[in-house]
Amino acid sequence: MPQSVEKLKDHVKLFHEPEYADMLRDKRENFECPHPEDTVREISEWSKTEEYQEKNLARKSLVVNPAKACQPLGAVFAASGFEGTLSFVHGSQGCVAYYRSHLSRHFKEPASAVSSSMTEDAAVFGGLNNMIDGLANAHSLYEPKMIAVSTTCMAEVIGDDLNAFIATSKEKGSVPQDFPVPFAHTPAFQGSHVNGYDNMLKGILTNFWEQAERTPGTAINIIPGFDGFCVGNNRELKRILDLMDVEATIVADPSDVYDTPSDGEFRMYDGGTTIEETKAALNAKATLSLQEYCTKKTLAYASGKDQETASLHYPMGVEATDEMLMKISELSGKPIPDELVLERGRLVDAMTDSMSIAHGKTFAVFGDPDFVYGMCRYLMEMGAEPRHALATNGTKPWAKKMKALLESNPYGQKCEVWQGKDLWHMRSLLNTAPVDFLIGSSHGKYLERDTGTPLIRLSFPIFDRHHHHRFPTWGYQGGLQVLVRILDKILDTVDDDTNEAGVTDISFDLTR
Amino acid sequence: MSALRQIAFYGKGGIGKSTTSQNTIAALAEMGQRVMIVGCDPKADSTRLILNAKAQQTVLQMAADAGSVEDLELEDVLRVGQGGVACVESGGPEPGVGCAGRGVITSINFLEENGAYEDQDYIVYDVLGDVVCGGFAMPIRENKAQEIYIVMSGEMMALYAANNISRGILKYATTGSVRLGGLICNSRQTDLEIELAEAMAAKLGTTLIHFVPRDNIVQHAELRRQTVIQYDPESKQANEYRTLAKNIHENKGNGVIPTPISMDELEEMLMEFGILKSDEEMIAELEAKEAAQKEALEVA
Repeated sequence: MPQSVEKLKDHVKLFHEPEYADMLRDKRENFECPHPEDTVREISEWSKTEEYQEKNLARKSLVVNPAKACQPLGAVFAASGFEGTLSFVHGSQGCVAYYRSHLSRHFKEPASAVSSSMTEDAAVFGGLNNMIDGLANAHSLYEPKMIAVSTTCMAEVIGDDLNAFIATSKEKGSVPQDFPVPFAHTPAFQGSHVNGYDNMLKGILTNFWEQAERTPGTAINIIPGFDGFCVGNNRELKRILDLMDVEATIVADPSDVYDTPSDGEFRMYDGGTTIEETKAALNAKATLSLQEYCTKKTLAYASGKDQETASLHYPMGVEATDEMLMKISELSGKPIPDELVLERGRLVDAMTDSMSIAHGKTFAVFGDPDFVYGMCRYLMEMGAEPRHALATNGTKPWAKKMKALLESNPYGQKCEVWQGKDLWHMRSLLNTAPVDFLIGSSHGKYLERDTGTPLIRLSFPIFDRHHHHRFPTWGYQGGLQVLVRILDKILDTVDDDTNEAGVTDISFDLTR
Repeated sequence: MSALRQIAFYGKGGIGKSTTSQNTIAALAEMGQRVMIVGCDPKADSTRLILNAKAQQTVLQMAADAGSVEDLELEDVLRVGQGGVACVESGGPEPGVGCAGRGVITSINFLEENGAYEDQDYIVYDVLGDVVCGGFAMPIRENKAQEIYIVMSGEMMALYAANNISRGILKYATTGSVRLGGLICNSRQTDLEIELAEAMAAKLGTTLIHFVPRDNIVQHAELRRQTVIQYDPESKQANEYRTLAKNIHENKGNGVIPTPISMDELEEMLMEFGILKSDEEMIAELEAKEAAQKEALEVA
């Protein structure tokens, strides 16, 4: 049916029309040399077997759909948490387009970053000139207060030395001598975005702390880590800190730049930890990381500056929030106010009200190491049972810690920890050892389609649902949001399973 | 504990860098210094004499076997050889493929991050031939080697390489703390060798740390995969290496920003020493030769 202005079909429906369905079928049959349908079905079924899983888990030289991104993405994210900071990625151009689009698609906000656009000649002669010109251009065009430099694979392979390059660029007048240009080497072929986050954050702190004198004070630093829900979570964190009347600096806070208002003014930079706050953060009594695996090097650096350090694993749920509040209270000497105690009670009440819904439901969780830890912990608090905990970028120590967590709880006994595995492994697992629900990012939707496991989107990246990141998942309030998201999905599924009139609807209840 | 001292040996390929460095390290260890060698050469021969064994398992080979460098443990790659010297070979790809320079970066980062440098007095980098790319400059980046020692001889190409390496150091010295420690002449018994080495050192603004005479005992020791210090500690050559080690040990903080010279200047210097002939001399020689040939033909 041809399109007409009066009756436009959008692409979701358009391609279901007979002329498109026919066209696509003809294309497949005449040009794609397809296997017969029963072969496709046969192989598809085989890919769900134990035999296939064994081969799949033995796979060494191939990764299919890894649940991780590369280091510079984490570096760009970390840098965006500072006031007026422009990310400058030294290397070839396409990489930077990827970080920007990745962040944009998740946050539904513009994400600004520049590239030194290295080409063939720079690959041969080194990227010094690109750095010199690039810094000068970025400084004069975009008027940042700080330029944070990270690297792509290309610059790393040829061994460009950022420290020397930036010093030379400053000598050549690209930016004023006292203009902050922190840097981090972030080879994308090593580690993942959580390491890139760590490296960049350490680079920024080193830039301001290294030559400075520390005068120990009473404030504390809090590092949220790489978090797709940073907009909601960091604001929730600030609310909690205000309630507790704690003198604290959130180090790397992109909650404003990834949630700018539409009021007629474009904000390339917005909010973030100010340069003064970053400098003063050296004097903090302690630095608390909310995601240990995002901040290993940064915390070691802070500790080397005589700060007390502590780290958590994504403060989601009751016990994890308790831990966070008690730690903050211990470090700051401020008591936990009654208001938060009330919030805790309300969350526990909500969990108890819905306890029969979540109880015994089985889950597979994938994502960053800290998220997976925090999520599994919270699931067990609800009486739900994690069965697969997968982190492509999880380390061996992470796996050990995960196992200890799961062993400590009766609901975790049947859970397997999958360190370094990818989403194609997860597909096998969901086929051979099915669970009721899958928790992860948008990338899980293909697993949902292939295995029929309903997906709950609670991590990064979420490209195909909007605005969830504007609501917190941390703290007692955040815990409530997460609880509701999970309950909604469970109850929607129950409704879907009981909605056939006269057949299954004996349990199609109004009250659940 | 004294502050960690990091030094690096550079020099033209085949000049005897690894032999010189390992003998020097053996002498340093004899002096009671705790030393670690970081071999930065895909050939992985920087630790052979200390370990009395063929090339050890390299960081990169083991990382490739394990899947990634993150799966490696320090003890997998660290071996302890003669005199308690800790040995690590970075290794690298087969000739003609891959990127050895990146391998150097990966290995050094791995060692630093895993605390390999703790409890050592010396970290010694043994780096291949020329500073051909950014990766081989890794040891001279900020907070790595503080002093570079260039192993050279009186041969023209060795001098040329020494000058080139100085240019590499200069690049990093202006923005960082790396310095040229000095030249080590590993004698090839060429004409006026010691004078030439001293003149080259003067041109580069540095000094000749030691002139190591040629002695067959080095080859004898090497065939047995030993340093001279181990093979024949009483020998004269062993004492030469002890002097070299002592000179390096006492040279702490005396590094300079090198003043490399142009190719023309280098050739001029060689001409002064009569090693290279000037264009005029060469033309005159050629003409004389041609005239003689012509004469011979005419006579025939």
